[in-house]
Amino acid sequence: MTEKKIRSLDDLRKLKEKTGDLTSARSEDDKVKIILGMGTCGIAAGAREIMNAVLKELETRKLHNVAVETTGCIGMCQNEPLLDVIRPGEPRITYCLVTPADVTRIISEHVVNGRIVQDKLFGRAD
Amino acid sequence: MALYRAHVLICHGTGCASGGSPKVLETFREELQKKNLDKEVLVIATGCHGMCEFGPIVVVYPEGTFYSQVKPEDVAEIVEEHLYKGRIVNRLLYKEPISAQKVCHYKEIPFYGKQHRIVLSNCGYINPDNIDEYISRDGYQALGKCITEMSPAAVIEEMKKSGLRGRGGGGFSTGLKWSFCAASPGNKKYVICNADEGDPGAFMDRSILEGDPHAVLEGMMIGAYAMGADEGYIYCRAEYPLAIKRLQTAIHQATEYGLLGANVLGTDFSFDLHIKEGAGAFVCGEETALMASIEGQRGMPRPRPPFPAVKGLWGKPTNINNVETWANVPRIMLQGAECFAAMGTEKSKGTKVFALTGKVKNTGLVEVPMGITIREIVYEIGGGIIGDKKFKAVQIGGPSGGCLVEEHLDLPVDYESLTAAGAIMGSGGLVVLDESNCMVDAAKFFLEFTQRESCGKCVPCREGTKKMLDILTRITEGNGKPEDLDTLQYLGEQIKATSLCALGGTAPNPVLTTLKYFRHEYEAHINEKRCPAGACQSLLRYTIDPEKCIGCTKCARNCPVSCISGKVKEPHVIDQEKCIKCGACMANCPVGAISKK
Repeated sequence: MTEKKIRSLDDLRKLKEKTGDLTSARSEDDKVKIILGMGTCGIAAGAREIMNAVLKELETRKLHNVAVETTGCIGMCQNEPLLDVIRPGEPRITYCLVTPADVTRIISEHVVNGRIVQDKLFGRAD
Repeated sequence: MALYRAHVLICHGTGCASGGSPKVLETFREELQKKNLDKEVLVIATGCHGMCEFGPIVVVYPEGTFYSQVKPEDVAEIVEEHLYKGRIVNRLLYKEPISAQKVCHYKEIPFYGKQHRIVLSNCGYINPDNIDEYISRDGYQALGKCITEMSPAAVIEEMKKSGLRGRGGGGFSTGLKWSFCAASPGNKKYVICNADEGDPGAFMDRSILEGDPHAVLEGMMIGAYAMGADEGYIYCRAEYPLAIKRLQTAIHQATEYGLLGANVLGTDFSFDLHIKEGAGAFVCGEETALMASIEGQRGMPRPRPPFPAVKGLWGKPTNINNVETWANVPRIMLQGAECFAAMGTEKSKGTKVFALTGKVKNTGLVEVPMGITIREIVYEIGGGIIGDKKFKAVQIGGPSGGCLVEEHLDLPVDYESLTAAGAIMGSGGLVVLDESNCMVDAAKFFLEFTQRESCGKCVPCREGTKKMLDILTRITEGNGKPEDLDTLQYLGEQIKATSLCALGGTAPNPVLTTLKYFRHEYEAHINEKRCPAGACQSLLRYTIDPEKCIGCTKCARNCPVSCISGKVKEPHVIDQEKCIKCGACMANCPVGAISKK
């Protein structure tokens, strides 16, 4: 068994930082949202692979304060997989025909740095 | 630590668990595995969400979608539709009783809108069996701050400034109580958590222990540090098996982390904590009886002084607070006394948790700021009276409290206002009664409870409550005498004044307040042999309306004592002398010709 004892207030604070991710998905603070189209059309076009790529990328980058949600078909099935990014206070940006390779770019450029990935852009909904 | 995109919170409070939530949780795990979602969706058992009426409750984050009355067979649909495809399952959303609208999000539900969840902020939000989740929400930071940065005296000063008063019923200043124990000489002191919640219809403390046990532990540790105690007991009734299990886990995990035991966080502060299971006697909620019970003696109160702060458990200085009081402590120390004192009224600070039960649409656990009105609790949080019947009274403070009537609806809920109206804050039971409740019967119910729970040590409580109960029983059976009301009043006042402990000292309250506000109901029972609410079985009269009766003979054939006579196709008559008031005739009448009054 690993040593679990907390020996000082500093240790306790470090543990709090580490455990913050445990409940972050439940917090209602403003955070970046990634929304994936998971209608039958989205799933058929490979949205599950996109989901795996998103979760993997967030995990690698330790981006634990991003909410990942799913949504149904919005009627633009030929453009699936669709992936939306909403940064707090900014409009909802929709990317289309997303591939797992695009996910890395969208997350590093848009989610982290706030720069929209123009070549995958489908539109913005205000 | 793996990243989960969604969290499914399933209520495992006693209410939801008895509604089948463990099976719901198991089904979630199975279904998620089938869909290969078990690595991205986390399933957690939490404490009570408060809306016990609509359990089992399931909340899905990050959206915060609130599903109510979820059955195992609904789970596959939630997994497939919501978690896999992102479509909320509308039919399982909570339907708001006032507007009859479906509500999607947790925070949009009016039941929660008026609440101010401080003590309950972790209840239904974290996994109570995982200390890391508590720590992620600032858990044990207050303890760290107190024992490394503050002197014991400064902690007590902060508690005094916060204005926190005992949540177990007495309403005594917590900071002041701590200062008495701190000032007592002696190198061995104890702190005790009173978790012997015994009022009928009260489950605040149980829910806190089940939903956020570490908050109670942390509060006790802070208190122990402030008063110089190194050992503590949680006295919890054995009827709360889940609360005890969660406490055991919490104590085990805190000990593993070194938060309990010797030299906490590298300081000189050491603290050990034990759980003492009580056998469920109501009187053991009284502090001197509680300590006797921990010592292995028969649970009976003794006269005070000496107060526990001077001579308590095993004769040592001891401080006893109840669960909710302890659970308030970490928040006060972390956010500061001013922050806490900003809530509530001039003399009653902070919030109070109530167990809202009886004839309201939303029963459950509510936490409201002090000073809120009864009307807001009953109509806005509680959603009004079931079947939109007429509000009659609320019994506040359980069997030790009193009733409040319509004219008190706009009374602010704080210690002083309630006492002035003849009720007490009590530990927080709030039973709503409507026009179909008989107040004499309600008073009898509570007195039956206290009479049965009287320990028998002092005469006023042992004999007096028995006499009062005899009179009440007589009245509800139609044998009351006009002088009974004066006798009740006299006995009640005597018992209040002369009983040894608060059990007897408050037992007459339900009778005295109903006598004050509903004397006419007592008089109707005695003088007219009639129960205005139609609740007292012995005083009921079933009658057949000859205009409506079609003479089908169904009532006569179903009457177990054959007291209904009449010819076929002619109106029937009930012999009141023989009638046993079973109601079979009324239930069987096809045309509704039979009424009870």
